[in-house]
Amino acid sequence: MRNIYLAICIAFIPAAALAAESTIKLDPVEVDLQDKPSLRRGARIFVNYCLSCHSAAYMRYDRMGRDLGISEELVEENLMFATDKVGNLMTVTMPRADAETWFGVAPPDLTLVTRSRGPQWFYNYMRSFYRDPKTVSGWNNLHFPDVAMPNVLYGMQGVQRAVFEPKEDGTKEFQGFEVERPGAMTPKEFDQAMRDLTNFMVYLGEPARLVRGRIGVYVLIFLAVFVVFAYLLKRNYWKDIH
Amino acid sequence: MEKLLTWIDARFPLTKVWNEHLAKYYAPKNFNFWYYFGSLALLVLVMQIVTGIFLAMHYKPDTERAFASVEYIMRDVPWGWLLRYMHSTGASLFFVAIYLHMFRALLYGSYRAPRELVWLLGMVLFVALMAESFTGYLLPWGNMSYWGAQVIISLFGAIPLIGDGLAEWIRGDFVVSDATLNRFYSFHIVAIPLVIIGLVYMHIVALHRVGSNNPDGIEIKKNKDKDGVPLDGIPFHPYYSVKDMVGVTVFLMIFSAIVFFAPELGGWFLEHDNFVPANILQTPPEIVPLWYLTPFYSILRAVTIDIGPVPAKLLGVLSMGSAIGLFFFLPWLDRSPVRSIRYRGWMYKTALSLFAISFVMLGYLGTQRPEGPNLILAQIAFVIYFAFFLLMPWYTKYDKTKPEPDRVT
Repeated sequence: MRNIYLAICIAFIPAAALAAESTIKLDPVEVDLQDKPSLRRGARIFVNYCLSCHSAAYMRYDRMGRDLGISEELVEENLMFATDKVGNLMTVTMPRADAETWFGVAPPDLTLVTRSRGPQWFYNYMRSFYRDPKTVSGWNNLHFPDVAMPNVLYGMQGVQRAVFEPKEDGTKEFQGFEVERPGAMTPKEFDQAMRDLTNFMVYLGEPARLVRGRIGVYVLIFLAVFVVFAYLLKRNYWKDIH
Repeated sequence: MEKLLTWIDARFPLTKVWNEHLAKYYAPKNFNFWYYFGSLALLVLVMQIVTGIFLAMHYKPDTERAFASVEYIMRDVPWGWLLRYMHSTGASLFFVAIYLHMFRALLYGSYRAPRELVWLLGMVLFVALMAESFTGYLLPWGNMSYWGAQVIISLFGAIPLIGDGLAEWIRGDFVVSDATLNRFYSFHIVAIPLVIIGLVYMHIVALHRVGSNNPDGIEIKKNKDKDGVPLDGIPFHPYYSVKDMVGVTVFLMIFSAIVFFAPELGGWFLEHDNFVPANILQTPPEIVPLWYLTPFYSILRAVTIDIGPVPAKLLGVLSMGSAIGLFFFLPWLDRSPVRSIRYRGWMYKTALSLFAISFVMLGYLGTQRPEGPNLILAQIAFVIYFAFFLLMPWYTKYDKTKPEPDRVT
């Protein structure tokens, strides 16, 4: 009987993850924050392609440089276009009002995008732009239908078309992408670049992730040793209680 | 040293307090696993206060800056991320400890006479803790913070006549706004913590007046030696202080594993939608409170029919209120001649098991959309939940109990 109660109480500890919204399968992406070259490549893509419209307004340039092992001079020369002080936040110069006129909606801040939507969604979203003459920008996205954002990476990725097959119930089923015009990268290279970008975005969402796992190991080792002594002390005190 | 102590004792009852509450407070010697959670809850309370003090040094209760100030804590404040994760993980584990602490009372009948006041004070603490977590959840000013507060405060609007005015009075505005954020901050860091600390003090004083219950549910004070010390009692200090040290360390291992390796715990401790700043124009796909409030949220949503002139929303609010309120009446609903589940019959064992299952089910279903089979399951669990309390006077009375031992086992 007592074990049943214990089992019930363990059920109090939640373990399940939240279910994904989209029905289209997401390709897996490997996140590895120890892979510094990948983070640096991702940072380069981010500041060159994303940061002109999207801010990362909770993050500072010098912090990024320190964490990624890039010197302040290199950050100033190659990664900083919107400001002149390395200690500044990564904001955008594009006025919000203009952005709303141009895109219909101001591009959201991206600092925490992988925390709100998940790295896997981000990775798949970035690879799923396709040409769609029916939209204002001429682009659409499989994982964010009718998104206002155009495919800014088409120079790297090329231009792809989505193939849908009509089903009996009136909906369309996604079949796959077809390359219309190749970009500067092969599909494999582009996937790798997007993996680097995703990796960087995970870092950007939570810089503490670089250290917390390592500190956690030391904390747990200390507690694991301490619990042995705590238990021995308890046993010694309790030896004459029956 | 001795002289100093005499000097103090003449002016402040230091030795007396130490003896009454620790060195000569005799606790039953047969405490088991379930008896760790009181001291663990106290530990988490202290941890929340300490981390909260430091978070408050950097947090800005201003709708324009609140969200950014939390990210500032996460990035620019030295060890800020650790403080924040300790505080957010502590909030959830506080409820884990409290729910297990309360379940212990149900297992061993700890709420029974003469411990009714201990139980009632504990229940007021539980309500205060829910208010504390609810006000705290608004502070990061994420989108779920905002919409969660919007939904819960609007529940007061269901009260006839005064409802809308009351909801407005709580918000200080027509919608959740800067005024709401500021008063919630004030409640969260001053008013409710003061209430909680005061109640914890009274909870412990009341407990030490009547003495602790134990897994056998029998009074150790019935068998005393010639000095008036219970034969089955041992001084809380050092016996239970060293034992609790083991429990605390094991707890800290679980706590640290979450803080350092999975602070979001897959969306259960920090919700994904709360990493988006509050947006009055964009409702999250599903507004869900954090897991510890979802059993009651489920009860609220399980009521879908109007009864006569009473609308379903009001019935839901009333059901949610009574789901918490019924706990207060436990000492008088339970008519069993024994306290502990060890000597109760199959009826109470079945009732308690069903209740625990329905509580967990309601908690899970509170995170899901209330439609189709989910809604029906929630309604079944709803019925079981209330039946546990409302039928208690009968099934505890007719339940076949076993004889209690004279001394603890």
